[in-house]
Amino acid sequence: MKTINKKLIALEGNAAVALAMKQINPDVIAAYPITPQTEIVMYFSQYVADGVVDTEYVTVESEHSAMSACIGASASGARVMTATSSQGLALMWEMMYIASAARTPIVMPIVNRALSGPINIHGDHSDAMGARDSGWIMLFSENVQEAYDNTIQAIRIAEDPRVRLPVAVNLDGFITSHAVEVLETLPDEEVKAFVRESKPWGRTLLDVDNPITMGPVALTDSYMEFKRNQREVIDNVMPVILEIGEEFNKLTGRKYSIYEEYKLEDADVAIAVMNSTAGTTRVVVDELRNKGIKAGLLKLRVFRPFPYKELVEALSHLKAVAVLDKADSMGSLGGPLFGELRSAFYEAKNKPLMLNYIFGLGGRDVTPDLIHKAYKETYKVLETGRIPEKLYSYLGVRE
Amino acid sequence: MSLPKWYELPPGIYIEGGKEAGKYQTGGWRTFKPEVDFNKCTSCMFCWIYCPDSSIITKEQKMVDINYDHCKGCGICAHECPVKAISMLEEERVL
Repeated sequence: MKTINKKLIALEGNAAVALAMKQINPDVIAAYPITPQTEIVMYFSQYVADGVVDTEYVTVESEHSAMSACIGASASGARVMTATSSQGLALMWEMMYIASAARTPIVMPIVNRALSGPINIHGDHSDAMGARDSGWIMLFSENVQEAYDNTIQAIRIAEDPRVRLPVAVNLDGFITSHAVEVLETLPDEEVKAFVRESKPWGRTLLDVDNPITMGPVALTDSYMEFKRNQREVIDNVMPVILEIGEEFNKLTGRKYSIYEEYKLEDADVAIAVMNSTAGTTRVVVDELRNKGIKAGLLKLRVFRPFPYKELVEALSHLKAVAVLDKADSMGSLGGPLFGELRSAFYEAKNKPLMLNYIFGLGGRDVTPDLIHKAYKETYKVLETGRIPEKLYSYLGVRE
Repeated sequence: MSLPKWYELPPGIYIEGGKEAGKYQTGGWRTFKPEVDFNKCTSCMFCWIYCPDSSIITKEQKMVDINYDHCKGCGICAHECPVKAISMLEEERVL
């Protein structure tokens, strides 16, 4: 590992993401403010006003327009970023599908916040989970450090010639976005070198000598071939994510993979969870371990593409897994993570018992006590062998 | 003509060449057809400015015809024409 002048500073998540964006210095940002993401675009607009970035900052009247402007700019060959939350993301959905189909490598931090209704400004994953089928790569970040690191890596993942897909970098609203944490930042020139120069790829709209028509209609005779083609791309991005994680590790000493495990190797029961709750769970795992209880944790970083094989490999030795979803999927088997993880095990030889907890909706506080409760209940189900009729339950709801 | 298989498609959603929209003859969507009375027309070009489908044909800075392969019959030209030289007639009656 070469010696670089890394700096320890205290920043809130939004400021750290904005700093990463400044260091990336994208060609174009089109964004619209929304709680709890507002500070990202606020800090960034200050960078633009101060002249410390070369970015063309496009102010727009809505998130739908923000994503539309991003697609247009990206199609012209520019390096493009935006950021949003909740209803803003929902307003982008229509364009998000077009961004992925058009292979425009836009990078977008999503500061996760609950969707209405009832209206709420606090953190849960219902915004991101609604966009899970939009063809975007989705990374999740436990803390401020990971939000900063994932934002930088996302540029490389998105723009890799084998990928060329948009990437969403998720971080929990308020818990991560507004909490001041100490993180290690890279010098500007190291980020610049890591993300490399932005180079237009393939055919671009501004190549007037070789004109193309972008976004043509594809009806019954062609639409399906386009979708199948897109499927192949996202199905094969995992090696690239790992490769770039490895390169980032060499630069920073921080490991980035598909998931992170904590005391999982010899565990009986584990919790699988994404984003900031992994931090709380880690504390509970230590408390249980002190009592001689073999608890473990799996924190998922890459939700799209969903690492079916890798997760089966990581969890099949367990007796039981409690999957914690910070979003519900109304009317389905349980939360989105649970549904996918449970389905992944259908063909597996060794299947842990699997339960689902929906937690933290609308920013409901997730205390270590609640995590203890989830472990305790899962152990109980394991001991009695009595699987509840409903596979999901709400953790931390008044009942 | 055999259409490309999924793995033969280019990355993204584009096709070679510009002006592809011209290949789609959308005139068939029309219910009302604009008819120009050239005795009234002053070639002020308002219709040319306003036409959303670029269907006003001009020659030597004069309005000479309408491209009926692409005119969808929206009637904006007739509405904007300051000398009322364009009238919208139902296709059936025209036929």
